Amino acid sequence: MEGKPRESWNTRIGVILAVAGSAVGLGNFLRFPGLAAQYGGGAFMVAYFISFLLIGLPICWAEWTMGRMGGRQGGHSAPAILGLITRKPALRFMGVIGVVIPVCIYMYYVVIEAWCLAYAVNYLGNLFGTTENLAFRSEGGEIVAEQASDFFVSLTGLAADGAALRFDWSHVGFYVLAVFIFNFVLIYRGISKGIEWFCRFAMPLLVAVALIVLVRVLTLGTPNPDEPSQNISNGLGFLWNPNKVMLEERVDPPDKLQWDPVEQLFGERDIAEAEQRVIAANQAALSAGEPDRLRIKPISMWEQLGDIGMWNAAAGQIFFTLSVGFGVIITYASYLRRDDDVVLSGMAASSANEFCEVGIGGLLSVPAGVAFFGSAFMLTQIDSTFSMGFNVLPLVFASMPGGMFFGFLFFFLLFLAAVTSSISMLQPGIAFLEDSMGISRRQSVAILGLITAMGTAFVAYFSGSLKALDTIDYWVANLLMVSLATIQIIIFAWVIGIDKMFTEAHQGASVRIPEVFRFIMKWVSPTFLLLIFGLWFFRDVLGLPYIDGQPQYSGYVRDLVGDEPNKIAWLSIALILAVGAFVALAVPSVKALRAKYSANIENEDLS
Amino acid sequence: MNFAGALILLLSVGGVSVFFGWCMYRVLTTPDETEHLHSTYDHTPDEKT
Repeated sequence: MEGKPRESWNTRIGVILAVAGSAVGLGNFLRFPGLAAQYGGGAFMVAYFISFLLIGLPICWAEWTMGRMGGRQGGHSAPAILGLITRKPALRFMGVIGVVIPVCIYMYYVVIEAWCLAYAVNYLGNLFGTTENLAFRSEGGEIVAEQASDFFVSLTGLAADGAALRFDWSHVGFYVLAVFIFNFVLIYRGISKGIEWFCRFAMPLLVAVALIVLVRVLTLGTPNPDEPSQNISNGLGFLWNPNKVMLEERVDPPDKLQWDPVEQLFGERDIAEAEQRVIAANQAALSAGEPDRLRIKPISMWEQLGDIGMWNAAAGQIFFTLSVGFGVIITYASYLRRDDDVVLSGMAASSANEFCEVGIGGLLSVPAGVAFFGSAFMLTQIDSTFSMGFNVLPLVFASMPGGMFFGFLFFFLLFLAAVTSSISMLQPGIAFLEDSMGISRRQSVAILGLITAMGTAFVAYFSGSLKALDTIDYWVANLLMVSLATIQIIIFAWVIGIDKMFTEAHQGASVRIPEVFRFIMKWVSPTFLLLIFGLWFFRDVLGLPYIDGQPQYSGYVRDLVGDEPNKIAWLSIALILAVGAFVALAVPSVKALRAKYSANIENEDLS
Repeated sequence: MNFAGALILLLSVGGVSVFFGWCMYRVLTTPDETEHLHSTYDHTPDEKT
């Protein structure tokens, strides 16, 4: 093993684009705008940027630094790196999570990637008349909502297990196979010839495509003159206004009165019309002897900042969008050389992701949806990433001049973003197999291909209600990713020591990490992460509400231990555990790590 | 969109754009930073000589 030539990145910009590509994904263009709109743009952005500074950047720097340090000593996977840099063999087993996360996420992410490709291909087919898919067309100006929804259900097999595994243009089977092979061809070519080569042209292309779609969305104006409040300015306001005026409807939980938002009101005309509706509805309620049904409620930014759920959502979004606690950055950084700048590279990759998320994603999908369908409709859609992306946006494109072309561009953009992310999920598994078994890349690609093919087939087959996909995503993201990030920052700041790691981080750095981050990374980041984990555990697992209301377990917990446990949910957990058991059993031996260390430190001294 | 919304939008989008631009400027202009990772090991492990 030690005699083999060591892989590395070819260029600095290449590694930055690869890490940025790993981070930029569907969440940037679909999940982020949905969350920002749901929690009130201004307040959400305050929490979002604070989270970026307190956990996003710190964990990013920690991963880059630990990865480069471990790579110098011969380790490229999280178990080997953590064992080598801490000199504590037991910590190899903490690193197991850093392999399980990307491998398990890949199993379902490649299916979503296939959906994006399927949409892009169908738009292109319609554009050139080779296919005639009515899901994407507008009939006499009327939106064909049912057809768009039916296409998604049929493509994904949402209705029943096994329904999607058909090999034609409108089902996901062919596309899954195509993207799976495409990913493995890229990963087989290696770090510089595969991942770096692809990201060097895919990332600039992705940004260029996103900017073209953005210009189209921002010039939509008022698509329907009969609905003057449905315009792009109000669409942006729906997402970004810190103070909102909401029309709310009463819902009746068993214990107390509760109000749900129905529509966001823009301007005096909207409010005057809503007041008429409120008066009529409440008079009807009064004559029936019931309390008020509707109300108009102004919500201030300060009020929204007091919402614990909003802080948890913002922190979670930062965490997932930067791919920290994912096992990817630490592996990518292990292919750097001793004096490569990890501080600036980490910032550059994070800034590229933020630009795509806030600067482009925040101006695209939600404002376009409001401009065409109004805030009342969008309020019912923004809490579902898939609904936003695969139901609402096809309706937007169906109603837009040139919609076929822009629909193709948008889903091609999502496909590119998904590929740059999915290839990054394979490298930690490849590195782990090379580290632990001392086998060649060809052999490790074959073994990982077999494991992920079985997992992807499982997810693609059990497509009913997307139960398998949803269950794996929920437990890996909420439990494993937060755990790995917490472990990493504690190892960085406490086990090895903040002073030593700051010195290590600054080796070869052209910019310095501000001194305040010494305190943040030692005290604030671990506390913040433990708080996120605690809040999730408190609310979802223990079923306790943040402030008041009925105790209610998360549906994901009920799927496992409720009155009627779900078989697919249990199989999904078994799949994660099986991957974990395999990785734990194959973790590199102490002897192998010692040999790596000796060989690589000697090599480095000679260089 | 009201004034506060426009302000938040400008600050957020402007902030991340400036941050991104500054990082890229530093990456591309710092001496010995661009293209300095000339790998002497630009092979996959399968490509043994």
